[in-house]
Amino acid sequence: MSILIYTENWDGKFKKVSFELASYAAALAEQTGKQAIAVSLGEVENSELEKLGQYGIGKIVTAQDKRFATLDNKAITKAIAAAAKQVQAEVIILSHDNLGKAIAPRLAIRCNAGLVTAVTGLPESLNPFIVHKNVFTGKAIAHIKIEKEVKVLTLAYNSFGLNEKHSSVEITSFDPDLTDSDFSMEVLDTTKVTGKVLLNEADIVVSGGRGMKSADNWYLIEELAEELGAATACSRPVSDEGWRPHDEHVGQTGKIISPNLYFAFGISGAIQHLGGVSSSKVIVAVNKDPEAPIFEAADYGITGDALKVLPELIQAVKDTKNQ
Amino acid sequence: MKILVLIGNVPDTTTKIKFNADQTGIDTAGVQWIINPWDEFALTRAMELKEAYAGAISSVVVANVGSSQTEPTLRKALAVGADKAIRIDAEAKDAFFVATQLAQIAGEYELILAGIEASDYNGSAVGGMLAELLDRSSVSAVTGLDLKDDKLLVTREIDGGNQHLLCTTPLLAIVQKGIAKEVRIPAMRGIMMARTKPLEVIAPVESSYATSIQKLELPPTKAACKMVAEDNVKELVRLLKEEAKVL
Ligand SMILES: Cc1cc2nc3c(=O)[nH]c(=O)nc-3n(C[C@H](O)[C@H](O)[C@H](O)COP(=O)(O)OP(=O)(O)OC[C@H]3O[C@@H](n4cnc5c(N)ncnc54)[C@H](O)[C@@H]3O)c2cc1C
Ligand SMILES: Nc1ncnc2c1ncn2[C@@H]1O[C@H](COP(=O)(O)O)[C@@H](O)[C@H]1O
Repeated sequence: MSILIYTENWDGKFKKVSFELASYAAALAEQTGKQAIAVSLGEVENSELEKLGQYGIGKIVTAQDKRFATLDNKAITKAIAAAAKQVQAEVIILSHDNLGKAIAPRLAIRCNAGLVTAVTGLPESLNPFIVHKNVFTGKAIAHIKIEKEVKVLTLAYNSFGLNEKHSSVEITSFDPDLTDSDFSMEVLDTTKVTGKVLLNEADIVVSGGRGMKSADNWYLIEELAEELGAATACSRPVSDEGWRPHDEHVGQTGKIISPNLYFAFGISGAIQHLGGVSSSKVIVAVNKDPEAPIFEAADYGITGDALKVLPELIQAVKDTKNQ
Repeated sequence: MKILVLIGNVPDTTTKIKFNADQTGIDTAGVQWIINPWDEFALTRAMELKEAYAGAISSVVVANVGSSQTEPTLRKALAVGADKAIRIDAEAKDAFFVATQLAQIAGEYELILAGIEASDYNGSAVGGMLAELLDRSSVSAVTGLDLKDDKLLVTREIDGGNQHLLCTTPLLAIVQKGIAKEVRIPAMRGIMMARTKPLEVIAPVESSYATSIQKLELPPTKAACKMVAEDNVKELVRLLKEEAKVL
């Protein structure tokens, strides 16, 4: 019996979420007395695979097949299920990102498992197996029992964190037994967001709303983000207006994020917006309306003009760096 | 081609959540029900496609697993333009249960559209489960969908970028915002026509649950927001560094 994580790679490199998954699996392995194993699909070098050992993964099973690069949901599901069978996985964990969300439900059916997505911590009980997650877009927390022997979970971003725990890794390959017909989609082109901190993975996010007045003022958001090594985000009307790209929109109908620090400039704090950001560890709001609901969700606030506060904040951050 | 759009019935997004007596569900008294926002986008896109390719797309059908209380939501989908609605008469308690119910009617549709999640329990589960039950291809986080000859041109968001794909039918597409610009609101004519459109009620098949909610609770309340003066931005940076330790 084992705990299995699916570690996605991006051009052969793992992202932070993979190491968070590894940390989570190692802790769960300790709690249950089982082994923490990772499955990696596609071409990843051993030196990269070994990094998982720094977060407590003892064994990696890999299928170095480049066809996985097309991210075919059906093929990836089949492959993870084959790995799960081989290592007799009892709990299979994926990250709650686009790919994890796509694969986990398929995998649950294939492995006759029970699924809970976007869990926010270790199980509160193992027998019965109970995990918790945010529901109603952050308005409530649900404690959910999985009734099946095998469990599939996706882990919400930044909900567990990284835990270094060195372990020596054994790397073996496995045969997922796939044919060409398992890969049914043709990728025409891929555009990658480069040189930017990914919104889902960012420790700090700088976000702007309609109070920023126009797209022309976004250089301020970008400059602060740059200073802080942060990702940029926006409210829904901002992306609807075309001031910012759709993939930056956070909230109920956009991305759900939980960075350590979230800055909201000129965002009123509508319930649908908060649904996407309320699990941030610290929220800072700058709004000229002292009654804006964002202040109820914020930890620190300034009543004032975002367009005036931003340049000063950028300067203050620069100053502390130079100290 | 026939298109099936899965329709979740969820509380209006501004609803204040109150729990039922044993805290395993919500108190539905006074709750306004709506089409799950992503399903509304999916339905809008399905209607746009049907209008653009009248020859290629014969019908758009909507389906829901739910009690008779969900019928106003299905009627709204008909008013937006769907040709027919199917309701599988069972309480939707768990994604596995819902997906197994939908699997009995969904196979005949070349294209199935589901939302990326339902805004109640934020499961992100039913679409993928249904695809696996039907053993068909699925694409998720879809932000664009079009017909290209006898194939589908799909845009999807991947983690760190976007992709264009060419997919064959049958396909299950799990959509998110971006798939349609603005959702359609039923017009008077649509509402009148919806009254005469078929709403078929089907009995559920034997199934089971894979999960159950033990307890719901409210998130912990936050401490009051600490205010900093507008002309003292330095103090904010100090607090974030020394007190909150996030810089
Ligand atoms: C079904 C549904 C789903 C939705 N999903 C989302 C979602 O996912 N994400 C989302 O964000 N919204 C979502 N919304 C929209 C949401 O209800 C709000 O309309 C939206 O969040 C408001 O965006 P905003 O705060 O940028 O703009 P506004 O509400 O217009 O607020 C602007 C704020 O800026 C302040 N301001 C103005 N000028 C300045 C200045 N110079 N300096 C400082 N402050 C200033 C104002 O006081 C105000 O508080 C959804 C709505 C619905 C119905
Ligand atoms: N009871 C239901 N009836 C029909 N479709 C549903 C139902 N519940 C969820 N869905 C579909 O599955 C998607 C994801 O829902 P969920 O897995 O519950 O988050 C929704 O956007 C709907 O398209």
